Amino acid sequence: MGKIKLKPKARNGVISIKALVKHPMETGLRKKKGKLVPANHIIHLVVSHNGNKVVDADIGSSVSKDPYFKFQVAGAKGDSIELKYKDNNGKTGSASAKSK
Amino acid sequence: MKRRLFLKSAMATSAVATAVGAGLLTPNMVLANSAGFKSKSKAVAGKIAGAGKGSFKFKAPKIAENGAVVPMTVDASKMDGVSNITFFVKNNGTPLVASFNLAGAVGFVSTRAKMGKSSPVTALVTANGKTTAVTQEIKVTIGGCGG
Repeated sequence: MGKIKLKPKARNGVISIKALVKHPMETGLRKKKGKLVPANHIIHLVVSHNGNKVVDADIGSSVSKDPYFKFQVAGAKGDSIELKYKDNNGKTGSASAKSK
Repeated sequence: MKRRLFLKSAMATSAVATAVGAGLLTPNMVLANSAGFKSKSKAVAGKIAGAGKGSFKFKAPKIAENGAVVPMTVDASKMDGVSNITFFVKNNGTPLVASFNLAGAVGFVSTRAKMGKSSPVTALVTANGKTTAVTQEIKVTIGGCGG
């Protein structure tokens, strides 16, 4: 499934987390050749910092294709950041990275 | 099956229900999102009406050339105890874009949304149990929700 790019970067005690998730994010409203394209979008996203959940997001189909998110968490270089998502078909994906 | 679809769409938000009545949306479309998300979307719509003016920064373009990718940022890093940041595009089929529950994170979220047409976009920030909102009109020249 989807590829995830996760880039946490620490500066002045704050980690900026940039995340790019490859996902079609179909709303289920779009038509292709007269047929509705079935919905396929992320519904839930969780970001953890050193194992603690810091962001717990409900994502709607209105988020653009290959969604990009940016968050900020207090932390330092070397902290581990983990991202997990779940889409409406029950598929999940995850990625983790050490902060730079 | 038809009856079931009708009942479900009848239970949906009034705005959506009228859209169904007007033939703008088919029941299939209405069921594209889970019921839970829809009730949340309704709750957010209610919250906007009661929310005061926010003191945070909401960055979004005034004119979005491509409605498929509209960047929007909420910067509430100067506020304490931010527990939730929500993006809401009023004229979208699915108005609630995303709702971020923050626990320990800085009040800052940036993402990209799809917009079907020009619409007022509202950012909601909940801090210490109080919800505030900032609304901005975004003009879209090319819609991004297919068709």
